Amino acid sequence: MPVFIIRRLLQSVLVLFFMSLVVFVGVYAIGNPVDILINPQADQADIARAIAALGLDKPLAQQYLIFLKQALAGDLGKSFAYDIPAIQLILERMPATLELALLATGMAVLLGIPLGLWAGLAPDSWPGKLIMAGSILGFSLPTFWVGLMLIMVFAVELGWLPSNGRGPSTELLGVAVSFLSWEGIRHLVLPAVNLALFKLSLIIRLTRAGTREALLQDYVKFARAKGLSNARVVGVHVLKNIMIPIVTVIGLEFGSVIAFAIVTESIFAWPGMGKLIIDSIKVLDRPVIVAYLLVIVSLFILINLAVDIVYSLLDPRVRISEAKG
Amino acid sequence: MQREQTPLQRIVADFAESRLALAGLALFTLILLAALFAPLISPQNPYDLAQLDVLDSRLPPGSRSGDGLTFWLGSDDQGRDILSGIFYGLRISLWVGVASTFCAMIIGLAMGLCAAYFGGRTDGVIMRLVDIQLSFPAILIALILLALLGQGIGKTIFALITVQWAYYARSARSTALVERRKEYIEAAMCLALPPARIVFRHLLPNCLPPLLVIATVQVAAAVALEATLSYLGIGVPITEPSLGLLIKNGFDYMLSGKYWISFFPGIALVLTIVSINLVADQLRDVLNPRLQK
Repeated sequence: MPVFIIRRLLQSVLVLFFMSLVVFVGVYAIGNPVDILINPQADQADIARAIAALGLDKPLAQQYLIFLKQALAGDLGKSFAYDIPAIQLILERMPATLELALLATGMAVLLGIPLGLWAGLAPDSWPGKLIMAGSILGFSLPTFWVGLMLIMVFAVELGWLPSNGRGPSTELLGVAVSFLSWEGIRHLVLPAVNLALFKLSLIIRLTRAGTREALLQDYVKFARAKGLSNARVVGVHVLKNIMIPIVTVIGLEFGSVIAFAIVTESIFAWPGMGKLIIDSIKVLDRPVIVAYLLVIVSLFILINLAVDIVYSLLDPRVRISEAKG
Repeated sequence: MQREQTPLQRIVADFAESRLALAGLALFTLILLAALFAPLISPQNPYDLAQLDVLDSRLPPGSRSGDGLTFWLGSDDQGRDILSGIFYGLRISLWVGVASTFCAMIIGLAMGLCAAYFGGRTDGVIMRLVDIQLSFPAILIALILLALLGQGIGKTIFALITVQWAYYARSARSTALVERRKEYIEAAMCLALPPARIVFRHLLPNCLPPLLVIATVQVAAAVALEATLSYLGIGVPITEPSLGLLIKNGFDYMLSGKYWISFFPGIALVLTIVSINLVADQLRDVLNPRLQK
């Protein structure tokens, strides 16, 4: 077990290093770093001073080392637009994104597993077919289009729910959250549904396929032969056995929920990291872009690492083959 | 007297078994024709500023413009006919989707075949790259690239190629690994044919069917991703609006009840994606050897 974790940790560090190199090459070698990192409104003397401070007059390899050192110290430059450290700006916006992503994932799980079970237990009934048709649509329709339709129907035509912003937030352990007030919940509903839809379709499909497979297994036939109630057969024997793949996918997909939050946040003007990066790209606030990239890449590596470790705890076969390989 | 079916005839016959897939194909053909002949069938050239009149802006569907033209689907804030905008927008959306998918398939195929044929370190490097890339969602990679490169049709295509090639590389490699062990490759090697000839003339044609299925699905995915990026304002430039950009342009007016500026381009986008997916679904069943009777 420790061997496996150490190997995975080393791999993660390697990927992080690789990604920092990609971001560095993107910013320093392809673009002109003077344009990217220094405020274009600065005067000549300021620019000269900044070039010296950033070490832009040094060879490229040395520049990369300086960039790495500063990134490790958490210094990724100041935002042009807000004039505060870029990394601080992103960390301030992170709770809003995480709240949205967690709620969306929760909704997808709580709705997806029962619906998937239903479709798996009665695949030829009309509700079963309807659920599958819905999940196919959920897969193929672009997230931003679904978001627009939600706004058109529920915010503009019916006027039931607000279409933008976060509403008033409540403090919880020093972090501003929306789900504790009624007004906040009203603001959360549409973006969370929008973000949940794709994952919901995915979980429905996985659960349905798993259920159909499990129903054919001997242990289910045996449980039925024992005269157990249908609820117990499905709730305990089937559900328990299909959980491992579902848990893995939920974990792995959490990262992509955060990535897709970029789209949802932009549509619903939700003040999270995703909206921040789009706004920053539009006004060319490049320190924020660089900082966002490094934060999101680290976040992804962390999620993948956590999922791998949890998975190896759930399934001993994984860690044995990994430790050998 | 029954004649032997050629493989192509069999594929066509199997494909026609599903009415839904045929409907999808018919719809997609219509969309494709509309995109190809946009200049001929559009009531108005949306790029020609002389044909536009600001007085005609934001008219609801079915109203008439100052010079007698009927806006069947309404007009946008510049006084452009929405229907014409959709026809021209489809051209850009489909061009970006098809071009990027095609290039990604060629690159992915070459990389996958090299990995499978040469093995060893080449295989290790290529597949590690694929693994790292596939651990990040497509939209994030495309966003990073476009944030660094800036807007543009060429740049959007480049970003979509970068996002997609890994799928083909992975699939081509796994198919090629299976094919490689078969006797016809052994025979070709015994004849001491040059590696390039073995890879391209013998290995490649046998690895194509699964890649074609991925490619159909990916055209739809690429169109959707391009629309998303353009909607976010980082994809195609405003001078060459794709469907995604048309939808973005109408978004602000949607909140004030003028739904048609965004709604109809949105419907066109969804019909395009769904029709391609219907075709892809059936194609997957038809080309899957395990499902053959």
